Order: sequence, then C-alpha cells, then structure tokens
Amino acid sequence: MAVDPGKTVDLAHAMVMKPVAAADWLVVAPVVIPLVFGAVILMLRHETRMHASIAIAALVATLAANIGLLARVIETGPLVMTMGRWLPPFGISFAADALGASLALVATLVALVCAIYSLSDIGSIGRRYGFYTFMLLMMAGVGGAFLTGDIFNLYVWFEVFLISSFGLLVLGSEHRQLDGATKYAILNLVATTLFLTATAFLYGIFGTLNMADIARKVDGLRDTAPLMTLGVMYLLAFGMKAAAFPVNFWLPASYHTPRIVTAALFGGILTKVGVYALLRTLVMLFPPELALLSGLIAWVAGLTMVIGIMGALAQTDLRRALGFVVISGVGVMMAGLALGTGEGLSGTIFYAFHSMIVMAALYLLAGVMNGVGGSYSIRTLSGLYGAHPMLAAFALLLMLAAAGLPPASGLWPKVMLVRASLDAGYPWLAFTILATGLLTTLALGRVFILTIWRPRAEERLAAAVSPRLGYTVLAALSLPIVIMGLYPDPVIRVAQIAAGNLLDAAPYIGTVYPGGGGQ
Amino acid sequence: MAADGHWLTFLVLMLPFAGAAVAPFLVRSFGHNAAWLLALIPAFMFYHFTGFLSSVANGETVAAGYSWIPSLGVDFSWYIDGLSLTFALLITGIGALIVLYSGGYLKGHPHLGRFFSFILMFMGAMQGLVLADGFLTLFVFWELTSITSFLLIGFDHVREASRRAALQALIVTGLGGLSLLAGLLLIWNMTGLGSMSALLEAEGALREAPLYLAALLLVLGGAFTKSAQFPFHFWLPNAMEAPTPVSAYLHSATMVKAGVYLVMRLNPVMGDTVAWETILPVFGGTTLIVGTLLAVRQTDLKLMLAYTTVSSLGLLIMLTGFGSEKAAEAAVLYLVAHSMFKGALFMVAGGIDHETGTRDITKLGGIGRAMPITFAAAVLAAISMGGLPPFFGFLAKEEIYAGLWQGSGWSGLITLVAIVGNALMFAVGFAVALKPFTGPKVETPKHAHEGPILLWLGPLVLGLGGLLTALASPLSHRFISNPMASAVVGEPVEISISVVPHVGLPLLLSVMTIALGITAYLALARGREIMAGTLRTIGWGPDLGFDQAIGGTVRISSTVTRVVQSGRLDYYMTATFIALALALFVPMILFGELPALPDFPSLRFYEWTVLAIAFIGLGAVLHARDRLTAIVSLGIQGFAVALLFMLLGAPDLSFTQFMVETLSVVILALVMTRLRLSPTDHRPTGEKAGDIAIAAVCGATLGLMLLRVTQIPFDDTLSAFFAENSRAIAHGRNIVNVIIVDFRGLDTLGEIAVVMIAGLAILALVRIRAGKPADARKGGG
Repeated sequence: MAVDPGKTVDLAHAMVMKPVAAADWLVVAPVVIPLVFGAVILMLRHETRMHASIAIAALVATLAANIGLLARVIETGPLVMTMGRWLPPFGISFAADALGASLALVATLVALVCAIYSLSDIGSIGRRYGFYTFMLLMMAGVGGAFLTGDIFNLYVWFEVFLISSFGLLVLGSEHRQLDGATKYAILNLVATTLFLTATAFLYGIFGTLNMADIARKVDGLRDTAPLMTLGVMYLLAFGMKAAAFPVNFWLPASYHTPRIVTAALFGGILTKVGVYALLRTLVMLFPPELALLSGLIAWVAGLTMVIGIMGALAQTDLRRALGFVVISGVGVMMAGLALGTGEGLSGTIFYAFHSMIVMAALYLLAGVMNGVGGSYSIRTLSGLYGAHPMLAAFALLLMLAAAGLPPASGLWPKVMLVRASLDAGYPWLAFTILATGLLTTLALGRVFILTIWRPRAEERLAAAVSPRLGYTVLAALSLPIVIMGLYPDPVIRVAQIAAGNLLDAAPYIGTVYPGGGGQ
Repeated sequence: MAADGHWLTFLVLMLPFAGAAVAPFLVRSFGHNAAWLLALIPAFMFYHFTGFLSSVANGETVAAGYSWIPSLGVDFSWYIDGLSLTFALLITGIGALIVLYSGGYLKGHPHLGRFFSFILMFMGAMQGLVLADGFLTLFVFWELTSITSFLLIGFDHVREASRRAALQALIVTGLGGLSLLAGLLLIWNMTGLGSMSALLEAEGALREAPLYLAALLLVLGGAFTKSAQFPFHFWLPNAMEAPTPVSAYLHSATMVKAGVYLVMRLNPVMGDTVAWETILPVFGGTTLIVGTLLAVRQTDLKLMLAYTTVSSLGLLIMLTGFGSEKAAEAAVLYLVAHSMFKGALFMVAGGIDHETGTRDITKLGGIGRAMPITFAAAVLAAISMGGLPPFFGFLAKEEIYAGLWQGSGWSGLITLVAIVGNALMFAVGFAVALKPFTGPKVETPKHAHEGPILLWLGPLVLGLGGLLTALASPLSHRFISNPMASAVVGEPVEISISVVPHVGLPLLLSVMTIALGITAYLALARGREIMAGTLRTIGWGPDLGFDQAIGGTVRISSTVTRVVQSGRLDYYMTATFIALALALFVPMILFGELPALPDFPSLRFYEWTVLAIAFIGLGAVLHARDRLTAIVSLGIQGFAVALLFMLLGAPDLSFTQFMVETLSVVILALVMTRLRLSPTDHRPTGEKAGDIAIAAVCGATLGLMLLRVTQIPFDDTLSAFFAENSRAIAHGRNIVNVIIVDFRGLDTLGEIAVVMIAGLAILALVRIRAGKPADARKGGG
C-alpha cells in the first residue's frame, strides 16, 4: 500500500470505489432520520404545537426505513456501508444484519406508539424543553447502536441515548425525578466508562475497532491476549446496561419517576440495547470465552429472573412493579445467552421483541389506568371493570403476555428457551424460567384482581382523562402481541436467522470484507 | 399432515371462539333468549362429532392438522379416537344444555353477554384440549381452560371471595400447567416425539426413557392440580364462587376432568410401571376419602357436590392407575356417568338456589311439590350417582368392583377405599336430591315455584341420559364405552356389563355399599358434627396453606427487595465496584491472564519527580480533612499525569488533560460550595478500609490489564494507514484532526450530539421548577 511517489494517489487502496447503491442508504436511514428531525424540532423550539407531528412523521419514516432494511437483510444477507468511503476497518462501518435490523424495527415501532401516546401525556413545557428532541435523539442512538459495525462507534451511540434518556428522565424536575435521575446517571456512567475502558483494551489487543475485523482476528490472538478478562469486562458493562443482577440498581431507582410515556419508552427499549450488545460482543466476537462463562451467566440469568419478579411482588406502585418485571425479563434473555446455542439465542431474540412491545404496553396501560382511576397504587386503584371493560381486556392480555401464557406472545420464546435449556443440560434454568412465569402470573394477577375487579370503595373523584387515545395505542401494541402469540412462525424465523448470523459470523464478515481482502 | 377434508373439524374447533365474539351482540338484541341461538353452536359441534362415532367404533382413528410453526416443528393437530371423541361429545352435549341453563339462570344479568363469551371460549379451549394431538397444541388449550376458568370464577367480581378463588385457581392450575409443559417438553426432548399419536405408536419409547420418572412426575403435576387431587384439591370447592352453570360445566363435568383425560391418554405409554400403579392409586384413593369426608361436613348444596366431585376425580385417578383392564373400563363408565349425574345435580342445586334464595341444606325442605320437574331430575341423577340399577352409575359401580378386587391385600385395600368412598357419595348425593324436596315445608327467602324451562331442561335431559344410556347399554358400549376404554387400555377391549344384575362378588359389594350408604344418609347430621369437630381440631388445611405460601412469598420478596434495592446510592456504587473488582480480578487469576513482571523502570529524575507529585496528590486525597482539599488534591494528581503526557511526547493529550483537570477542579469546587454539604465526610474505619480495598483492587487490576495488553505486539495497521493517507487523500496535516473530522467523523457527530443534548438537559434542569413552570413568563432561547 505504497503511496505513489508522483502526485496521483491510488484511491482504491484506501477507499471503497464502488458508489453506494441507492437502496443501501437504508443502513443509515434509521439513524439519520431521527437525528435530523431531532435537530429540526430543536430549531423550532418555540413552535411547540408542531413538535409532536414532526416527531411522529419522523418515526413513521424511520419505521418505513427499518421495514425496508429488515426486508433487504432477510432477503440478501447483511448490508454494509462505510462512512467517508474509507475501506473498513479505517472508516466507521455500519453493518446491518438480521439481529440489528429486527431489533431496530421493533424499537422504532414502540417509539412511534409512545410518540402517539405522548400527545396526551406531554404538555407544552415538556415540549418546549425538548421532549421530542430527546426522544428522537434517543432513537437515533438506539438505532445507531443496533446498526453500527464498529465497537467504538457503538460506545458513541450508547452515550447518545444515555444522555438523551437522562434528558427525558429529568424533564419535569420533580424531586423524586431528580433523585432517580442522579442514580440513573451515575450508575450508567460507571457502566459506560467501563465499556470505554474495555474498548481501549480491545484496541490495544486487536489494533482495530471494526467488529468484523475483530471477529476474523480473534482466533489468531486467543493464545496471547487476555480475552477472558476482556470478555468479563464487556459482560459487566453491558450487563449493567441491560440491568442484570447484581448491577440492576439503576433501573428500579429511576423508571418509576418520569412521565409514563418516558417510562414506557425506557422499559420497552433501553435494556434490550444492553442485551443486544451482550449478544453482539460475546456471541459474535468471543464465543469460546462465552462458553467458559456459560455457568456464570446462567446464574446471573436465574438470579435476575427471580430477584426481578420478587421485586415486582413486593411493590404496590404499578410503575415500580413494572420496573422489576422488566428486570426479570432481562434474566430470561440472559438465559439464552448462557446457553449460547442456536435455539437458546433465537429464544432470547424473540423474547427481546416480545419484551420491548409488552413492557412498553404495560407502562402505557398503567398510564391509562392512572388516567381513568387517578392512581398508580394498587392499594387505591380499583373498580375499573365496570366502567372500562376494554381496559380490563387489555390488562388481561398483557398480564398473560408477560407471564408467558397463551394466546399472547410470551409463550413461544419461553418454550424455546425451556427446550434449549433442557437440551443444553440446564434443567434448573428451565425450571427457573417456568417458575418466574408463575410468579409473574401471581404478581400481575394480583394487580388485575385488585385494580380491575375490586369494586371501588367510595365514589372518589377520578381524574377524568378520556382513555380513547390510550385504547388506540394499546390496541396498536396488542395486535402484534396476539399475532406473535397465535402465529409466531415468521418472527421465529427472523430470530433464527439473527441467531444464525451471530453464531456463524462469516456472512457478516464477508459483507464488510468482500473477498476477504481489505487488509 | 394432509388436511384434506379435515377443514370442517378445524372450523368446529374454532367455532366456539367465533361464537364468543358474537355472543355479547346477540344478548344485546335478544336478551337471555340468545341462549337458544348460542346453544346451536355446541349442538352443531355435537352433531359434527357424532359423525365420527361409527368409524371410531370400528377402531379407526383420525390424526390430522396443519403445519403451525414449522420453524419449531410444531403442528396444530388433532387426534380423534374413542377417548377424545367421548370427551368431545360430553363437552359439546353438556355444553349445549349449559348454555340454555345459563340463559335462565343469569336472566337479566347486566353482563350476560360477557358470560356467554367466556363460557364459549372455555368450551373451545376444553374441546381443543381433548382433541389436541401436538404437545404444544395441547398445552395452549390447557392454559386457555385455566384462563377462562379464572374469568368465570371471578365473574361475580364484586365479592372478594370470588376474586380470591379466581386467583387461587389460576395459580394452582397455572403451577400445574407449567409442570405439564416441562413434562411434555422433556418427553419431546427424550423421545423426539412431539405428539400424542406419535407417542402412542411408539409404545415402549417413553417407559424406557432415562428420565421417565421425572417426566411422569411433571405430567402428573399438571394432571393432579387440574383434577383437584389431594393436596391440590382446595381450589375446586373455592371455585364454587362461580355462578352455578360454571360449577356444573367446568368444575364438575368437563375442565376438572382434563387431568383425568391426560392420565387416561398417557396410560398406554406411561402406565404399567410400578411408579404409575403406586402414585395414582395412592393419590386418587386419598383424594376419594378426603373428598367424601369433607363433603359430609358441608351444608351448602354446591359445596357438598363440589367435594363429592373431588372424590369422584380421586376415584377416576385411582381406577386409571390401578392397572387392571377392568379398572380402566370402570373408569371410563364412571367418567361418563359422573359427567351426567353431577352436571345435573349442580344444575338442580342452582335451580333451587335461584327459586328459593338459599342453597343451605339445613334451611330447605318440602319444596318437591312446588318444583316437581326439578325434583324428578334430582332423583334421576341421584340414583345414578348412588349406583342403583337401572342407571349408568350402576354399570360403573359393578365394573369398579369387578376391576378392583383381585384377592390380594393391596387390591383389598383399594376396594375398601372404593366402598367407603362410594357409600359416602351415595349418602351425600341423596341428601342433595331428597332433603330439600321432602319432609315438612320450610320457609325460604323466596317463595319456591318451578323455574322456567331453561332451568329444568338441562338437568332433566342429563338425568334421563343416565337412564337411557344404561337401558341401551349394548349401544352405548359399542359407540362410547368400548372405543374409549380401548383407547385408555391401549388395545381393543369389550365391555359387557348391563343393567341386569349378575349374582357375584361385585353385586355383593354393591349391596354392601348401598347398605353403608343408607346408614350414612340417616346419620348425616351426626357425621357433619363429627367432621366439623375434627376439622376444627386439625385447624389447618391446604387452603390456609395456600394463603400462607402466597403471603410468605410476598413477605420474602419484600425483605429481599428491601435489602437488594435499598435506595441508597452509596450502597449501589459499592456493590457495582465490588462487581467490577471481581470481574477484573477473578478471570485474570483463573485463566492466567496476569501480565509478565516488567523490568524496573529506568526513569529520569524529573520523571520520578512528576510521579512522586502524582502520588503525593493521591496521598493528600486520602488524608484530606474536608472535601475541598480532597478535590484540589485530586487535581494535583491529574496535573502530574498531564505533565507525564507532555514528557512522553503527547502535547495534544497533555493540553486536553490540563484543561479537563482545571475545569473539573473549578466546577467541582463551585458545586461543592453551593450544595451546602457538610465540609467533611466522616466514614467509619471499617467502611474506609473496605472502600480502600475495593478501590485498590479495581485500580491495580485495571493497571495490570493495561500492562498485559501492552505486552502484546501492537497491530499498528490503523495508525500506519492514517499516517499514510491523512495528507495524501484527506488533505490534512494533523493526523489527529483528520481522524476526528474525517476517518472517524461519525463518532464526532455523535459526540457533538451528546454535548448538545447534555446542554439541553441542563437547560431543562435549570429552567423547569417542579410545580411552578419557570417558563410561564417569557422564557428565552
């Protein structure tokens, strides 16, 4: 790769010469669209009335881009685009495979539904101080995290959505919000710093940050490099991001404090980015290390499930309880990571789709219940059955979904994970997954009979918020839940392709390095 | 899995769910008379299944279905043989009667439409359960019965008892459902077979599988909870909080028999082992005795019937697990008989309640004259329940004794259990059917008179059914009993028993049972007192145990959560850094990833000096008396590091570090003065030592890791590339700048976004005051 002594430089040695096909711009669209529109909303700060429509339009466009991207990825395999046309690994590559594209799609769907519900939940002050900017930039960060093929760039997107989520969290400045935001920010910054430190070590070991490049170099360095320590560092950093036990404190400390639509957005999306990063790094980059960590991760998974659902049982505030339900779901996803098999990983990925939608829906349900019943506490909230039978139907469906019972979506990933656990010789993990399901039934069943069925003691003056918008968004989220419950085959197929891409990274590497060249 | 011609069965499987969707609208238009229309649904389903009778009687079976989740190898499939067909006929036939009865019973109820929806959903689920072939098809329907049962028990949601009973049933049967799922998946894993029909074909596969016992226990966990076997029986009597049509349908005739169905279905492939023939009779027999004893204690008609249902389920489990062919035949006969007479008696109890306003047996008497048709239905059903000829119950009882008594001690014991249980059930059955109707008239809350046709049609048909099926026993055997018994036994069997009594041991035992039963009937009031006293003495039961278990779970959860999620940031930080220390330290030791010991550094004196300054700064932090000193001391260490960067030839880095250190010290100091914290931070020595240890391990291991990483030859492809191309292609002299704005420009874009968002977040923090929006006034940019 010598520079020509004359003035002419052979660009082909340094840059991608083939122009990017128009359709391949889809790889960056899920990041660019929210980023640009986030900036637009910021510029129109004072036009608070326009914010919501701009945000919704942006998210619709992002969703469309995501759908197109996933369709292409499923059809033709991973897609890559390297920034500035520099050859990988010198420029930053975006590399979308089935895993990243599908998670980005579901996340955007959840965000869109939340944006619609925000019409009734976010007032003009929230808008003025940047609710929609924060939200769109958070989605840009989340999308970037799912789609980037560069581990330092992954760190940057993590920072983008972390800071945006911090903005969302403090919006309102109530005392408990600030208390929650402090814990959230400090603990998350520790995790992010650890991620950064690990990445510095990784760069020192591999001399590259491009994940495909790392994946193809890792076998050659296995004997000389401290990859176990590095793997555990990533496990801890992303485990914190995913809110796995015993580093899950930040989540229950903060998720019950912001506006309910923010909580829905967080509960739906954020922990899954951590799970995604665990899958991407441990499964794709360090599989032998993951195999050695399997027992440890299985324990983490089991404890996360149990501690999570116990937390939910202990709460009387709906929002607090839901935070713990999120955590127990993270444990379920960690189970597939511990198994590391195709079926286990596809179970985890399916569960991630399911959990994004169901957790967001549960938070929004809590919001609607508070709207019509005037409380988040299961001690005082009651008598919703008579006046709002639709609400009862949604509550029942979401309870079943979270507990993993038919006819909702939670059943199938759990079946996959239980089968995979039995196959891999982890019967106790299978037992824990099922027992957690039962405890979830208990925790949410209790909520159901108290808030929905229990008659109202006295005619209290309820906050008279029309639940109509709430019903719309709940219906929008319930539809995929029921479809995935009754006919899960297409989703399982996507999850299996995604898991396959992780276990055999050759197509991914081959896309980033066509012909295996490029240094 | 060709599905030609089976689409009709598929439609029939889905039909009740469609019915559930339209039921509320029909009720809105036709009121309670919608029952007549809705009953057509199960009637049609019944009719559809009768079409299979003759082929199934000839020993044929139907296994069909559609590919459902090919990616998991899961089919939506059904299997029609003697066992599932009989169940399907019971479910749809009794279902039609129940729909009619519900129309009368809940006439004018504001939520009647919803009720019909739930009942039809349940019917669809139950029908799917018994017809399901694939394991997951079975499990899905199994859970749907639990869920619809939850909705129906809690139908009268205003009462706390209903809500509690509903949740209890959901949890207990949910526990069983998960146990069943684990069992089925285990069987699938061991044998590679995922459907009942495949399992039945590979007869020995399961019995010889290594984890047979585990699979058996798990599956029985499902069956025993669903079919209310001791000690899981308690949810069933509590489920009597549901409206009576539900009790008659779900909690006696159909759903509670799902466990029995499962055991019967698996008998050919799991039975004939020591475990099977021990566990089933022991639990079944215990349930039979406990159930009857508890039934004697009750005064509420529904509860009396509920406990005898518990004992009947125990009897069925006992018979199925006993192991003889005749016992299995007896189970089949008794199951059919029980579905009819118990369904009828429940509806009678509901009718009495509906017309008189009470169902307490001590407050009822002499209403037979006012309610003659109901009385007749009750007597018909009770005769069958008591096992008297010429009713179907008689056939069942004869076969029970013929099947159980084999001359051995074990069979003697089981036979004795059966006699006692049957005798007590005889007593309770007649108590329900006779006491309210006979004797002197007792004043009841409502003036008793015969109910409308909707209320007496169901029990009367079922009562007569017990008579007709027995009189036409060759026919009912050919189409119902024989095919079903063959499916349970696993090979063709022929039942010959008829209503004509044959002199023999079974008849003798029957006579003994009846004599004992009459005695018990006459002494029922005494027995009730004795049982009440005994139960008071025991004082504890599984029902109370359930509450204790739930309460205990919640209490433990609260304790654990209080410890784990204490709400204190310093605890969280400590835990996080302990995790970090372990995460670095343990793998490094365990997997031999420690660095090689480096040579003693040969530094110049001024380098030593700077290093010394850094250490002095650190020492000062540890010794600082107040926060401000600590912050400044930390700054000293930072400046020393910046100096090192400078000396090592990285002026850019050094300059940045100086800036950062200066700003952090200034900002931190400003914040600290504004926060009005106490100037010092006292920590007990123990805590200090702990913190020091954690910090030392974290710092040392990070250092060791860095050392280790630098001992690997660095791959400088990237730096070389950047050096080579930043001038030539990217047209920038300063490589760092080119990296920032070109090679890795996207990172910079992201970081710019971060800075902007951080600014925005701070703005929001500063401007918005909770409660009083600060920007209500003008508010600037």
